[in-house]
Amino acid sequence: MSISEATIDSMISGLPLPKTTLATLRKDVVDVGVTKKEMEVIIERVMADYEYACVEPCEAVGVVSAQSIGEPGTQMTMRTFHYAGVAEINVTLGLPRLIEIVDARKTPSTPMMTVALVKEHAADREFARKVAWEIEATHIEHLADVTTDLANMNLILDLNEKMLLQRGIDVDAIAEKLAEGLKVDVKIPSEVANQIIVIPKEPLYRDLLQLAKNIHGITLKGIEGIKRVVIRKDGEEYTLYTEGSMLKEILDVEGIDLSRTSTNNIGEIYEVFGIEAARFAIIKEASDTLREQGLTVDIRHLMLVSDIMTCDGEVKQIGRHGISGEKASVFARAAFEVTVNHLLDAGMRGDIDELNGVTENIIVGQPIKLGTGDVHLVARNPLKDL
Amino acid sequence: MSKFSLLDHELIPHHEVMDEDDLKTVLAHYNVEREQLPKLKVTDPIALEIGAEPGNVVKVIRKSQTAGEALYYRYVIE
Repeated sequence: MSISEATIDSMISGLPLPKTTLATLRKDVVDVGVTKKEMEVIIERVMADYEYACVEPCEAVGVVSAQSIGEPGTQMTMRTFHYAGVAEINVTLGLPRLIEIVDARKTPSTPMMTVALVKEHAADREFARKVAWEIEATHIEHLADVTTDLANMNLILDLNEKMLLQRGIDVDAIAEKLAEGLKVDVKIPSEVANQIIVIPKEPLYRDLLQLAKNIHGITLKGIEGIKRVVIRKDGEEYTLYTEGSMLKEILDVEGIDLSRTSTNNIGEIYEVFGIEAARFAIIKEASDTLREQGLTVDIRHLMLVSDIMTCDGEVKQIGRHGISGEKASVFARAAFEVTVNHLLDAGMRGDIDELNGVTENIIVGQPIKLGTGDVHLVARNPLKDL
Repeated sequence: MSKFSLLDHELIPHHEVMDEDDLKTVLAHYNVEREQLPKLKVTDPIALEIGAEPGNVVKVIRKSQTAGEALYYRYVIE
């Protein structure tokens, strides 16, 4: 006779198993229907299997992770700076991207944001386009022809009315932005429509040329640094993809769903969303990069890497200035990079190496303190016990 | 526009400041001192959001791909 669900729940409730394992176990026994005796045997077997699968004390998980990521890494496209288009936006992939992630670079070589729209307008194409123009940085070359008028010593901007309408910006707003950004006089002539005249402070040829150059650097609308916005339909919803990443600024834009807006710049995620989000982003970016190359690396290895990178409350790189450079042992640091400097500094300071780690024990030729090497056997004197 | 809480973001797991009794059980279970736990900076956006202070321990309930749910503890530092 099979037991009830309530009995099953009470039998499995106290087990020290992960949530997913418990859920699978519960579902399977409920579906099949087992007796109390069978259930006891099942629990016993599952617990034995679980304990067998757990990492044992003194197991070198770091080395296993390093090899498990490193070996597939050798099969990745090297240094070709392979690009692949995600909705016409180029993103760095392959080995260069993986190196970027573990080096914890402040800015990736191809920053990109994924901006979700608020749920109620997400299926509205016009709305998506409006938000896109709100985000994309608009410069004068998008809107007008700039002519340098040497006779009158000024710049004439002939604005394209269609573009003004499309980007939702008017002549007065442009004039104001230019006057503010360039700190010069800006005139809107009444006789010609859609024209702005910019007059340099001094009627000098050099100043005029400088002005003609600087005018292109003024952001008239949108967020500076967002070079392009691409709208793509994912399922029912429109999503915006941006070239360039400015997470802090995008949070103030109306009409976007902040909780689903993200970037591939881990440094920015750390600053805006905190360390836990950065940890998650490292895992996501690394596994996406590996998957794109057709490589399967168990996610636990990437989790270990990202946990180590974020354990001090800030994103540290795996390398000389991060994890490897913070090792307590002089020998371990010297074995990694810039050997002479480390040995010299240690010698001058009179550092002591406790020889606790793996690297330093290999260097001096001792058994390492891992696995069976970490266990000390003490023989009991049989005569004493008598 | 309603105020956006960082904890609603899909990348950010649930954080909460632990009370001392729970903390004692956890520290006893792992046999560690709170200083040995991973760190969380007090300037971290999440620490500011939940009002964690240096010396507190923050409990993080992560959604894990392997375990379903994973608990993590961070000691708040300056």
